[in-house]
Amino acid sequence: MNKKKLLGTPYFIWSAIFIVVPLCMVFYYGLTDKSGAFTLENIISITTAEHSKALWLALVLSLISTLICLLLAYPLAMILCNMNVNQHSFILLIFILPMWMNFLLRTLAWQTLLEKTGVINSMLGFLHLPTLNIINTPYAIVLGMVYNFLPFMVLPIYNSLAKIDGNVINAAKDLGANGLQVFTKITLPLTIPGIISGITMVFIPALTTFVISKLLGGSKVLLIGNVVEEEFTQASNWHLGSGLSIVLMLFIIVNMVISAIFDKDGEGSVL
Amino acid sequence: MIRNTAKKIYIALIFIFLYAPIATLIVLSFNASRTRAKWGGFTLKWYGELFQNEEIMQALFNTLFIALVASVVATIIGTIACISIMNLKRRSRTIVMGITNIPMLNADIVTGISLMLLFISMGLRFGMGTILLSHITFCIPYVILSVMPRMKQLNPHTYEAALDLGAGPVYGFFKVVFPDILPGVLSGFLMAFTMSLDDFIITHFTKGAGVDTLSTKIYTEVKKGIKPEMYALSTIIFVTVLVLLFLVNKAPSEKNKK
Repeated sequence: MNKKKLLGTPYFIWSAIFIVVPLCMVFYYGLTDKSGAFTLENIISITTAEHSKALWLALVLSLISTLICLLLAYPLAMILCNMNVNQHSFILLIFILPMWMNFLLRTLAWQTLLEKTGVINSMLGFLHLPTLNIINTPYAIVLGMVYNFLPFMVLPIYNSLAKIDGNVINAAKDLGANGLQVFTKITLPLTIPGIISGITMVFIPALTTFVISKLLGGSKVLLIGNVVEEEFTQASNWHLGSGLSIVLMLFIIVNMVISAIFDKDGEGSVL
Repeated sequence: MIRNTAKKIYIALIFIFLYAPIATLIVLSFNASRTRAKWGGFTLKWYGELFQNEEIMQALFNTLFIALVASVVATIIGTIACISIMNLKRRSRTIVMGITNIPMLNADIVTGISLMLLFISMGLRFGMGTILLSHITFCIPYVILSVMPRMKQLNPHTYEAALDLGAGPVYGFFKVVFPDILPGVLSGFLMAFTMSLDDFIITHFTKGAGVDTLSTKIYTEVKKGIKPEMYALSTIIFVTVLVLLFLVNKAPSEKNKK
C-alpha cells in the first residue's frame, strides 16, 4: 500500500514547487516593499483613482459579458440538447473547433470586422443602415469577451442538461405542469451546477483579461489586467503588481466559495 | 413549425458569430494586399512565403514542441499521481485535489506572474526551459481531472486478482488497470495538448527574449501589423484540424451502423 502512495511523490513535489511556492511568492511580494519590509501599501493602492477605475471597469464589463453569455448559452444548450442524439459529439466539437485557431488572431479578426470601414459597416452601409462605431470602446471589449468565452458557458450547461433524466420531465408533465413550470421547477434547478460552473469559467478570465482590452479597446481603455501586466512587463514594479494580483485573487476566492456552495459534487465541471 | 425555424435561425446566428472571425482570417490569407484594411485581389503567395519565413517556422516548431513535450510529461506525471491519490486517506486526498484545482481556477495572469516570480528567485534563465516547466504545471490538472473519474470506476479486485495470479505490480497495472483508464488518459492528453497550444498569457510571462511561440509572436506583431503569412498558417492549421475531426467523427458512426 505504501508503495502506491510513493508513486505520487513526483507530482506532490512538483505541485509544491510550481503551484504552492509561486503563490506564496505573490503574497510575499505583494505584502513587502522594495527593501523587504512588511507593508500593505501595494494592496491599498487599489483605492487610488487610476487603479480603482480599472478594477471597476473590469468588474462591470466582465459581469455584463457573463450575463450576456448566460442568456445566449442557455437557450442554445437547450436546443442542442433536444437535437438528434447521434450528433452530440459533433455539435460540441463545433464549439471547441474555433479554439484551434489562435485566440489572438481570432480576436484581431474582430478589428477587421468592426472597423469604421470594416466588413460589418460596409454591409450596413450597403443596406443604408446607420453604421456601428464600437471599435476601441468598452462595447468592443464586451463583444470580444462574449465571443471568446461563450463556449465555456455553453459546455457545462449543456452537460448538466444532458444529465437530466427525461422521465422526471415526463412525470412533471403527467402531473399537469405546463412548459413554463417544467422549466422553472425542474430544468432550471437541476442545471444550477452547470450554470455556476459556466459563470466561473467566463467571469474569472473576463475579469482578469489584458489581451482582449488591448486588442479591441485601443489604448484608451485600461482594465485591471492591463495594469497588472504593465507593472510586471514594463514598470517592473513586481511588488505593486503582486499586491494588485492579491486583490484579484480575492475575487477568485469569493467566486470559488460560491461555486463550492452550489456545486458540492463538482457535477458542473466541463470534463 | 415556427418554433423549429426560430431554433434553426438562433443556432445559425450563433454559428455566424463564432465563425465570422475565422472566415475573415481565411479570406485575409488570400488577400494580395499586405494590410488588413483593403482587398488587393486573390493570391496564394502567402502560402508559398510562409514556408520560407524562418521566424514563423521556428515559432511553429517551438509551439508544437512545447505542446508535445508538456502534454506527454504531464500525462505521465498526472496518471501516476492518480494511482497514488486514490490510495490516500480522505483528508490528504482533499488537500491534494484542492491544490490540483488551483491552476485551473486561478486566473492565468496570476499563475503566469507567480511562476515568473518563482523562476526569477530560483535564478533560472528564461527561455524554452521555463516555458516547458510552466506548461507542464498547468497541464497536469487537466490530466488528473480526466483520469480520476476513470480510476474511481475501476474494480479494485481485478488488479488484486492479477497480482494473486502471479503478475508483478507493473505488469498487472499495464495488463489490467491501464486499458480501463486509457480513454481518460487520452482525453487528458488531448486536453493538455490543446491548452498548451492555445496558451498565450502564461507563456507571455515565462518566456525569455529570443524564444517565441506562435501566440507570443502574434502579440509582438500586433503593433506593426500581422504578417499575412500568419493568416495562411492559421488557415492551414484550422483546415487540418477540421479534416481530422471529420475523419474521427465519421469512423465510430460507421462502426455503429454495421
